[in-house]
Formats: sequence, structure tokens, C-alpha cells
Amino acid sequence: MDVKLELPIWILMQDFIPKGIAVVFQKGYYQYYKYLSMKKGNVAGLSMVLAAYVLFNRCRSYKELKQEQPSEYH
Amino acid sequence: MNENLFASFITPMILGLPLVTLIVLFPSLLFPTSNRLVNNRFVSLQQWMLQLVSKQMMSIHNPKGQTWTLMLMSLILFIGSTNLLGLLPHSFTPTTQLSMNLGMAIPLWAGAVITGFRNKTKTSLAHFLPQGTPTPLIPMLVIIETISLFIQPMALAVRLTANITAGHLLIHLIGGATLALMSISATTALITFIILILLTILEFAVAMIQAYVFTLLVSLYLHDNT
Repeated sequence: MDVKLELPIWILMQDFIPKGIAVVFQKGYYQYYKYLSMKKGNVAGLSMVLAAYVLFNRCRSYKELKQEQPSEYH
Repeated sequence: MNENLFASFITPMILGLPLVTLIVLFPSLLFPTSNRLVNNRFVSLQQWMLQLVSKQMMSIHNPKGQTWTLMLMSLILFIGSTNLLGLLPHSFTPTTQLSMNLGMAIPLWAGAVITGFRNKTKTSLAHFLPQGTPTPLIPMLVIIETISLFIQPMALAVRLTANITAGHLLIHLIGGATLALMSISATTALITFIILILLTILEFAVAMIQAYVFTLLVSLYLHDNT
């Protein structure tokens, strides 16, 4: 039995050797800190905090929100 | 639908523990303290705003009244930030609870009135009778002024609660109406969506204005009494 993974194309283009995976994380790290410097306050930092707050509240009220969803089975 | 409408106003609990403490404490995270002379832009903006508001609000008081500056500035920051955070989706606004607003209004009002009675007893008592009233009206007017004095904390608390709660309810209702109308008629849904956007802008303004009004009224009661 063959298992066929449906992944986006850009993932399949990377090489899956350990060094390649490390390079991906490294690129992501540098790109993140290009936009977000912790010493100067900026909009990205503040909006991250607010987004976490929204997520926290959504998780807290998930039970009540579930009843409003149009599909009964999830 | 009726139960869902008011479900966002119940006190949040998780596993029986009150979560509302954390939610009330959260806005303080957004106002960092810094002891440097020159801060980053976030802290500098907040300090500039605080200086602007305190100058505008506390300049009418004498030095005795200006000792209340810290209290009033914390008050306006707390109410403003709590109201603005309540506009985020799914969030709980502590100022929609009458218990909390009464807890803020009654001690502040009572503090101002008792300060006035202790330090300037004659002037405080004289506030019960406006200048130039005709003599036959005096008893009735004293009664009316007493009632209006005792209604001040109630009005402060209920004003804040009602404004914020009504705004949130309207947003819920119009949002639900937009969703329901989308499958029926797209044009009406678009109009309702525009109304929703306008309402959200109004709510941003109301959030800040209510904070300002609350603090201004407390400072006025203080001004009368110092």
C-alpha cells in the first residue's frame, strides 16, 4: 500500500538532509528578527501580543462558540 | 440566539477558577515602565500621551486637588485600555460588569465628598443650595440637591456599564444580521456590513470617551470639594 503525501510544492523542493532542514530554520529566524527588533517597540510586537490574547480568549470560549457553527459534526 | 447574545458577558471561569483576575490584570502588560531618560518609541509615545492628558485634566485643580493626579491618570488608563481591548474579537470586557464599575465609582466619589466635608465643611454644605433661589423653594431644592448628590456614583457606574454593554450588544447583533443576510441578499448584507464598520469606529471612540468622561466627572467632584 502506497502512502501518497499531498504537500505544497515548495516543501518538496527542499532537500531533506539534516543540514538542509537546519538552513530552513536559520533563514526563518533571520527573517523574523529582521521585522521584529525587541529593543525598539514596534507594531509587529504589539500586534503579536494582541493576537495571542485573542487566541487565548477564543480557546476559553470554544465550547459556547461551537454551538453556533453550522456543521454539527466536526 | 438569545442565550448566545449574553454569553459573552458572563464572568470567565476555567475549571472553576476565576480567569477574570488575569483578564483584568492583562492591560497592565501593555504599559511598560522604564527608568531610562530616552526610551524606545513605544514607551515614549505612552509617556507623551500621559503628559498631555494629565496636563489637560489636572490644570484646573489647586495643589491639594493635584495630589489626586496619580489616581486619576491610572483610572483613565485602566478604563481606556480595558474598553479598547474589549473590542477585540471574543474578548471579555471587565467594565461591562456593573459590580466592577460600582467598585470604581463609589470609593472615588465618596473620597472626594468626604474630603470636602472634612476640610471645607461650610462650602460643602453650601453646595446643597444654589445661589439666588427664591425663599419658598429652598426646602424642595435642598432635597433635590441631596438626591442629585447621592445619585452621582450610581450614574457614574451605570453610565459606563450601559454604554459599553450596549455597544458590544449592537456589534453582536449587526454582525449576526450580516451573516444571516449573506445567503438571502448580497446587497443588503453589504449595507449591513458598512453599518457594522461605522459602528466599530463609533465603538472605538466610545471606548475612549467613556474613560475620559468617567475620569473627568470624578475630577469635577474633586474640584468642588477641595
